[in-house]
Amino acid sequence: MSDVKMIATRDSYGTALKELGREHTNLVVLDADLAAATKTSTFKKEFNDRHFNCGIAEANMVSVAAGMSTFGLVPFASTFAMFAAGRAFEQVRNSVGYPHLNVKIGATHGGISVGEDGASHQCCEDFALMRSIPGMVVMSPSDDIEARAAVKAAYYYDGPVYLRFGRLAVPVFHNEETFTFEIGKGEQLAEGNDVAIIATGLMVNEALVAAEALKAEGISARVINICTIKPLDEEIVLKAAKECGKVITVEEHSIIGGLGEAVCSLLSEKCPTSVRRIGVNDVFGHSGPAKELLKQFGLSAENIIKTVKEFI
Amino acid sequence: MTTQTLTKLKVEANNVRKGIVTSTHSAKAGHPGGSLSAADMFAYLYNVEMRIDPKNPRSDLRDRFVLSKGHTAPGLYSALAYRGFFPVEDLPTLRHSDSYLQGHPNMNSVPGVDMSTGSLGQGISVAAGMAKAAKYCNSDARVYTLVGDGEIAEGQVWEALMFGAHYHLDNFCVIIDINGLQIDGATKDVMNSAPVDSKIKAFGYEVVTIDGHSFEDMERAFEVFHNNTETPTCILMNTTKGKGVSFMENNAGWHGKAPNDDEFAKAMAELEVMV
Repeated sequence: MSDVKMIATRDSYGTALKELGREHTNLVVLDADLAAATKTSTFKKEFNDRHFNCGIAEANMVSVAAGMSTFGLVPFASTFAMFAAGRAFEQVRNSVGYPHLNVKIGATHGGISVGEDGASHQCCEDFALMRSIPGMVVMSPSDDIEARAAVKAAYYYDGPVYLRFGRLAVPVFHNEETFTFEIGKGEQLAEGNDVAIIATGLMVNEALVAAEALKAEGISARVINICTIKPLDEEIVLKAAKECGKVITVEEHSIIGGLGEAVCSLLSEKCPTSVRRIGVNDVFGHSGPAKELLKQFGLSAENIIKTVKEFI
Repeated sequence: MTTQTLTKLKVEANNVRKGIVTSTHSAKAGHPGGSLSAADMFAYLYNVEMRIDPKNPRSDLRDRFVLSKGHTAPGLYSALAYRGFFPVEDLPTLRHSDSYLQGHPNMNSVPGVDMSTGSLGQGISVAAGMAKAAKYCNSDARVYTLVGDGEIAEGQVWEALMFGAHYHLDNFCVIIDINGLQIDGATKDVMNSAPVDSKIKAFGYEVVTIDGHSFEDMERAFEVFHNNTETPTCILMNTTKGKGVSFMENNAGWHGKAPNDDEFAKAMAELEVMV
């Protein structure tokens, strides 16, 4: 494991914007005084003429992005998830979602792995908020390779997209040479028929670690990576439920309104299946080093293993 | 301004008022008060000021208008219909469940509407974004937005004003309809925004205060806007809420209430003899 690269998906966001910016002059970036943290500074270094700081005014930024998109520009409006999905929720809903404008919301610092800043900045509600807006695509990439692909796919997609990135450096487990990405497509990363672990974001790697450990104990766990939380890849989830009979969802988000509930909604209607949801259990986070917090809140391979054993 | 233009504007503004009264009566809902206060401005913008083509409502070259005070859609729709963007006969379908004339402006269903609005405070930001995009795209499009005086209690309005000044958007014209009334009463009692002119001047705008029912004043104010190459422009127009219908004038009760059959007949009779 020592040669595994560790990259935060917010860095991938900055890198992908810069790469896309070289090809497309209609890509513009907006930020709200957080360019150094959201990593849009990577884009700004090369394209200062189309990186627009909006100051600490996220509501205005999102509506400004909506206006810019009507001129054929593809704005990526960037700030922390808390302020993009939270503070500016109604601007995303009414200025972007309702008219279905071609605006991309680049939300970094999602989840409790924000760490030391504490609960005020740890957004565990963004999937719930963004999923509820009609026509909104919601993506939560798991590593650097998938994150860069998701940003590029978002650029080429015509319509509103919410992208959630993390602050914490996480293992890069995808193989760039064989990797393909499509909005709305899940990805099976490990075979297994005793239980299906359906994960998103940085929890996908934890699910893989858990599946490996379970295999050694004779439990075969299927691992599915869901980057696009909306629209959900129903086919891959239903197939997993039918073939495994038991499903565990894992996300760095509240158990309310996120991937877990999306999976439960689907299964309850189309393939009633027993489900366990791993996520933040309807509580606020607190300050601490990100890795410690993830363990404390049960967002770890250990907790996935424990949950699987109790479940099957 | 020639007598001919002035006469035409009076006729068009009167048409807009009739459209407002007709559509809100038919809808049994809607916002006549603030639509009527801005009726003269709607007529001026769509008949004189803006470079638009009803046959090509999505032309890249057009000027843009964002109705930040989106509840006054009946005024905007009437101006668009009489200007030829869609049939005047459709105005009475306002707010009906099978109509494209939504209660608040919808850019995807109504020809000529440049932005969906309704949630106060957002339209002015969208307009600022359009003005910034026009600069980036080397377009000489001008962007106009109409904001209510009650609406400026929204913090986002001031964020947008700051953005416009920071980026020197001299193609950005903010028009504020100062009719002095909002749903809960007089703006000075609900949340006093005065003095608006010095506040917006301090935000870096060229501010022109006009009589919002004078076309000559509008001509003068937009002349200032056209000649300003340094800062955005803000036109503060003092108006009478409900202007043109005697019993609606200066009455907050007509902010969001439709005329019944008798009131409709009375209002239309007054408007018939106005021009």
